[in-house]
Amino acid sequence: MQLDLLVEQFKKKDPSAFEKLHGMYADNICGVINTIVKNDSIAQEICQDVFIKIWNNSESYNSSKGRFFTWILNIARNAAIDEIRSRSYKNEKKNLSADYFVGILQNKEDEDSVVDTKVLRNLVKNLKEKCVQIIELLYFRGYTQKDAAEELDIPIGTVKTRNRSCISQLRENMEIK
Amino acid sequence: MDVQKYIASGILELYVAGILSDKENLEIANYAKEYPEIQTEIEAIEASILLLSKKASPGSKHSFKSIMDRINSEVKVIPINNKRGTPISTYVGWAASVLLAIGIFWMYQQNQELKSDIQVVEQQNNNLEQQIADSDSSLEKTTELLNSIRDKNISVIPLGGQDISPSSYAKAYWNKENNKVFIDAKGLPEPPEGFVYQVWSLKLSPLTPTSMGLLENFEMDENKIFALNNPNESEAFGITLEPAGGSKSPNLEQLYTLGVVSAS
Repeated sequence: MQLDLLVEQFKKKDPSAFEKLHGMYADNICGVINTIVKNDSIAQEICQDVFIKIWNNSESYNSSKGRFFTWILNIARNAAIDEIRSRSYKNEKKNLSADYFVGILQNKEDEDSVVDTKVLRNLVKNLKEKCVQIIELLYFRGYTQKDAAEELDIPIGTVKTRNRSCISQLRENMEIK
Repeated sequence: MDVQKYIASGILELYVAGILSDKENLEIANYAKEYPEIQTEIEAIEASILLLSKKASPGSKHSFKSIMDRINSEVKVIPINNKRGTPISTYVGWAASVLLAIGIFWMYQQNQELKSDIQVVEQQNNNLEQQIADSDSSLEKTTELLNSIRDKNISVIPLGGQDISPSSYAKAYWNKENNKVFIDAKGLPEPPEGFVYQVWSLKLSPLTPTSMGLLENFEMDENKIFALNNPNESEAFGITLEPAGGSKSPNLEQLYTLGVVSAS
């Protein structure tokens, strides 16, 4: 497994392994952060901080506790959530209307943005609103099943099955594209 | 295990989201090693999220080099600490606990000192209270004395100095109603050792002295006022210096003061 090997090297503070992992995940991590902060330049700034944090805490990753991507995803969304709770961001957020990540589409259409809204739109076009919501909460916000159930006002048992069907839909869209 | 059913449960999607417990994560990691379908499914789920997040990305404008530059500038301090052998935080920790121990000991000492100070102050306080009580009682006596000599029945008889000691003087305050005489002997010199002043009531014709008593503890008495009984029909008072214990009849050569009761 190449990924496992890379991660092992990375845990031993091997900069070249870190560089490869950075190449693999930098866009994704910046994207996750952007779904939360909804501001390109702030997202990029936090993204860089997150990679430094990842490096500094490399030895704390343990593959028995989850995927490497899941680990850095968690670090990234915590950093982004901290950011939107901080004072400095509040003013920037004013003009954004949408709460969910598809809002990025609507907001970016008018702007000269690097977000590939067309592809994103294709990805989510067949997703129902409730899918967008559940994916946002579980993956980009890190909500627990219980918190997501309360937020969406659905039984806790439904969270797992609905998420499963929504991810399946997303995977179909990826293949169609 | 029914792998398909396990996959269909949706737990792997939650695993990728990172919202399961450590126990569940460990279980799934073990299943993934055991069942390739599970591993493949996890990777597919992850790929969909990777794509979704990538499409939401503003792009990672930062270069990897800029990250490494920041990391290198941030960690430069660490090797210096390592050369010293022990992280500075360890020293700080020990130093803090030593300081704490010294602090506690110092506070204990302070406490002991304060306790002993309190005892000293309490002792002083007791002494002062005693002095106040003494003063009160002395004041009471003085007031009583003052009241006694202010009594309207009092006759004041000045006793003038005689040949042996012209500068001496004394006063007798005689209350004829209750037969008391107060002798104010402030104007007498201290008697030599082995001698004592003796007060006499005198009848003048013929000269008949009657002893009224001794001015005992003369040097110790603060106000030098002595209360004596005088049941006599005195015509004069005299004070002589006599050997300790007093004499039966006055030694007129040692007559210090003498005063005649004015007829009233």
